[in-house]
Amino acid sequence: MSLSLHNVGWCAGGKTIVHDASYAFEAGKVTAIIGPNGAGKSTLLRLASGLLPVGGGVVHLNNVPISDLSPMYLAGGRAMLTQDSPLRARFTLRDLVAMGGQVSAPLLGASARLELAEQLLKRVGLGAFIERDIMGLSGGERQRAHLARVMMQLEAAVHGTDKSPGFLLLDEPISAQDLSRQYLVLDLARAHARRGGGVVLIIHDLNWAVACADQIVVLHDGRIYAQGPPEQVLTNALASHVFGLEEGQVHKHVATGKPYILPHNMICQ
Amino acid sequence: MTLAKRRGALFLCALLPLLLLVTAVSLNVGATGVHLMALWQGDAHGSLYAERVVLTQIRGPRVIMAGLTGAALAVAGAVMQGLFRNPLADPGLIGVSSGAALATACMIVLGGAGLDMAVGSMHVFITGTAWSVPVAGTMGSFAAAWLLYQFSTRGGVTSVSVILLAGVALSAFAGALTGILIFCANDTALRDLTFWTMGSFAGATWLRIGMLCPFLLVAGWITAGLTMPLNALLLGESDARLMGYPVERIKRLAMLLVACSVGPTVSFAGAIGFIGVVVPHLVRLVTGPDHRFVLPGSALLGAALLIAADTLARVIAMPADVPVGIVTAVLGTPVFVWLLTRAHEREVLA
Repeated sequence: MSLSLHNVGWCAGGKTIVHDASYAFEAGKVTAIIGPNGAGKSTLLRLASGLLPVGGGVVHLNNVPISDLSPMYLAGGRAMLTQDSPLRARFTLRDLVAMGGQVSAPLLGASARLELAEQLLKRVGLGAFIERDIMGLSGGERQRAHLARVMMQLEAAVHGTDKSPGFLLLDEPISAQDLSRQYLVLDLARAHARRGGGVVLIIHDLNWAVACADQIVVLHDGRIYAQGPPEQVLTNALASHVFGLEEGQVHKHVATGKPYILPHNMICQ
Repeated sequence: MTLAKRRGALFLCALLPLLLLVTAVSLNVGATGVHLMALWQGDAHGSLYAERVVLTQIRGPRVIMAGLTGAALAVAGAVMQGLFRNPLADPGLIGVSSGAALATACMIVLGGAGLDMAVGSMHVFITGTAWSVPVAGTMGSFAAAWLLYQFSTRGGVTSVSVILLAGVALSAFAGALTGILIFCANDTALRDLTFWTMGSFAGATWLRIGMLCPFLLVAGWITAGLTMPLNALLLGESDARLMGYPVERIKRLAMLLVACSVGPTVSFAGAIGFIGVVVPHLVRLVTGPDHRFVLPGSALLGAALLIAADTLARVIAMPADVPVGIVTAVLGTPVFVWLLTRAHEREVLA
């Protein structure tokens, strides 16, 4: 599996949101997209998913332009968790999650579909709420229920085969989660990558980005500003230039050697 | 089978005998007392012959026409509500009914000199001119749906909010033009138009049902393929598209379905309110939001309720025939208000 952007751009309201971006997301790895608010991260992810038509350039899934792919193949090749869902209907969690695999795996039997939905709900920590309706859940629980639905889209497509799942695109997947559920969600992302699937996630917590990502892409003013392994990308110069932090906020963990951010000047005040 | 699905399936199973019961009662009740046995026993010279004629030529087509119209309006309402994710959406709201009303008014006032459109008399709709009203109404609804699609589609993308707003504007415009026609109408045309706007199944014939069927078959075929896409659309257009559903095609099919369901039925039976709004709500209260149950449930309950309303319309002022639109509005309004207050209460208490 491969997902690559080739010179893609996007303009809205006369403003260029993403400029001429090229990047090849790798299967089996977690790639974190970081950057300040309004840098174009969500737009880049929407372009990669095919949700937005690219203003220029092309997006390839397995070396084929996504505009040429059948809806079923595309649905099985990539799935995306959006920031929020306007869902107000009272679906049970099981039905909601089972819905995820309807197009990507139309031949999967109803019982196998429901069984897989239950497994995924257990994996996101909602195993006790399978029959509950989604409107009765908290914001964080709803976010994880939608994560299970998105995972279902990819898992159903490879169910019963030894194929790797497709690309999981996650737009701020831990924004509504407490610390332990942040760990759970990012651990699920890593597990997906270990099984050969690709993961691309937008994340604002740079320490979590370093902890879970194999590759980091930094977006600044709609352009890819830096890319590479966390140790190389997250530097004091980047924190200062892209995020406006004072120098000396990025430290190196003594045990792992990985960078982390500690805004000690604020703590001292 | 999950709990929600079991409840939905049970509800559908319960609706079927309800529909049969309402149909049987409706066939039995009316200005002329008849017995259903007359269908089998009434030979050409027997004592039950007259009853058999009443059943097969008057009440039978009327009940079936009411059932088909109720099913079509309720399904169209359920599809609109799913497409717009708006509980108030109704085929009337997006101008399809108004298009049919305008075209019908045109035929009655301008094109149908001496047209016998008197709802309630049984000797109509055999002449060529009588066909012109429903045909024009159907074309009017299709024209309205086409115009809406053109207004709301740019670069291959149809905006549902533009459909809704343009539909309201189109309704207002068609209403104004209909008003001008009413202003110009003579007394006979005015009476015909007034009765048409109140709805009635008094003019139902087997021939008219035959004309209605092709449209409803197309609508039924589209409905069968829309259940899962409409479920996905409840998650929002973006998520539905990401899940692999062809959202633009779904919107086009939904509009075609509404035009096929509402245009011909409104043209034949006149404007009948509240079925399209209230019935899907009632069904959702029991089955939940899953369109696999909401759509067939709406069809069955819509048919049963409109047959019941038409039966009431026939018997409450016997031997006069009260327009069925009045009955649905009088009964539908309190139910609708109750639904709204109940939903509001639930939101406040949640």
